[in-house]
Amino acid sequence: MEKGTLKLKTGLAEMLKGGVIMDVTSVEQAKIAEEAGAVSVMALERIPADIRAAGGVARMTDPEIILKIMDAVTIPVMAKCRIGHFAEAQILESLGIDYIDESEVLTPADEKHHVNKWNFKVPFVCGATNLGEALRRIGEGAAMIRTKGEAGTGNVVEAVRHMRTIRDEIKKAAALPKEELMSVAKEMGAPYELVVLVNETGKLPVVNFSAGGISTPADASLIMQLGADGVFVGSGIFKSENPLKMAKAIVEATTHYKNPEILAKVSKGLGNAMNGIELSKIPNEELMSARGW
Amino acid sequence: MTKRGVSVGVLALQGAFREHVYSIRLCGARAIEIKFPYQLDEVDGLIIPGGESTTIRKLINKYGFRYYLDEFNRSKKPIFGTCAGLILVAKKVLNEDAGLGYIDIEAQRNSYGRQIDSFEEYVKLKFGGEEKFKAIFIRAPKILKAGPDVAILSKINDNIILARQNNILVSTFHPELQKDMRIHEYFLKMIGKSIKREN
Repeated sequence: MEKGTLKLKTGLAEMLKGGVIMDVTSVEQAKIAEEAGAVSVMALERIPADIRAAGGVARMTDPEIILKIMDAVTIPVMAKCRIGHFAEAQILESLGIDYIDESEVLTPADEKHHVNKWNFKVPFVCGATNLGEALRRIGEGAAMIRTKGEAGTGNVVEAVRHMRTIRDEIKKAAALPKEELMSVAKEMGAPYELVVLVNETGKLPVVNFSAGGISTPADASLIMQLGADGVFVGSGIFKSENPLKMAKAIVEATTHYKNPEILAKVSKGLGNAMNGIELSKIPNEELMSARGW
Repeated sequence: MTKRGVSVGVLALQGAFREHVYSIRLCGARAIEIKFPYQLDEVDGLIIPGGESTTIRKLINKYGFRYYLDEFNRSKKPIFGTCAGLILVAKKVLNEDAGLGYIDIEAQRNSYGRQIDSFEEYVKLKFGGEEKFKAIFIRAPKILKAGPDVAILSKINDNIILARQNNILVSTFHPELQKDMRIHEYFLKMIGKSIKREN
């Protein structure tokens, strides 16, 4: 019997496909998310919009909150560690968390190095803004990728940019002759073997979700049509007027993302979505998607 | 009836439905993603894939699948439930609402523990030769009890991991996540026989 294999790590991500992973900060919110049909919840102390507003250093969530949420729901539970903070990751693994998100939403602990995720039995999801970054994370052992977007803004524009970038770079890499792949690997700063794999298969070797700014059913549909395997919704649910209704609507939109009639139906009467932020209003040093490399 | 003429639906509400579609096509049969109940008319068998059973169940209810699935089962068309799909077709689920009730088993979700307890194991099958089958268990359920009419097709220690009752096949693991197609081939044979009976 073997445990903690790559197949088991990537396999869980396969099971989450076509689903919505929701940020929650309490048992009550976790139960609403499960009731709405979330495939997984991300246990947090504060949702990204509040992290952004609070400023200061954002760290791993208190294990007590995480354990309570793990007890409250039957779906898998994820939690975030800071970029490069392998001690936080070790703590999360010891709690029995189902997935660790090494996340730019928290303040990075290491400006140069990410966690060596091969050292862990628990699977990791990591953020990426382009193909090179995605392949570096996979090279470090990530079993799932999510495009970063810009968390806590309620603005989908960065999520779209990152999804389109990765999609276009995959298409380009897939079309190249073999002899050009080494120079592509050099330019992207990506492991050569993984560039070859993308060239041969025309896709990422792991599941790719979209995150950061998705806050309506239409946003979910847009990003799914651009090729996401599923969506993370952070602030978009519990910063909206009617979280349960919004959460259910985004779940249905993610399943039926190609069907405008259903999207119209679930978009009706949802109340106010979260208040969004125009990206140009955010100073460069406060952009979360620029964290990590 | 050749395999080429067989159409298999894969319930595509959430989860690893694409992998089942690939598997069925690899076996040479036709696979269709099922998003709406009326599509069930077009297929000879149905796979309910792995995913999150709570999510899939909500979408089954919301989109009016229940009646059509019951009809599908009543007409003895084969249904294969893997992992979450097993939970959905079970007669009883520990501490939860009953499943669709198509196979006389009592199941328990996440029965081996959390993700960290997920595992791979080589197992013997009751068909398809002596070679062991690599079974991938991800937050897998257990079959706690099986009725007298349920045939056990594979076990690990005392745990039933692959079982069949008439037109219903269930596995607690994920045959769609690897290249050994013996279980999908077995399911296609079940469909082939059911079509012959009908004609």
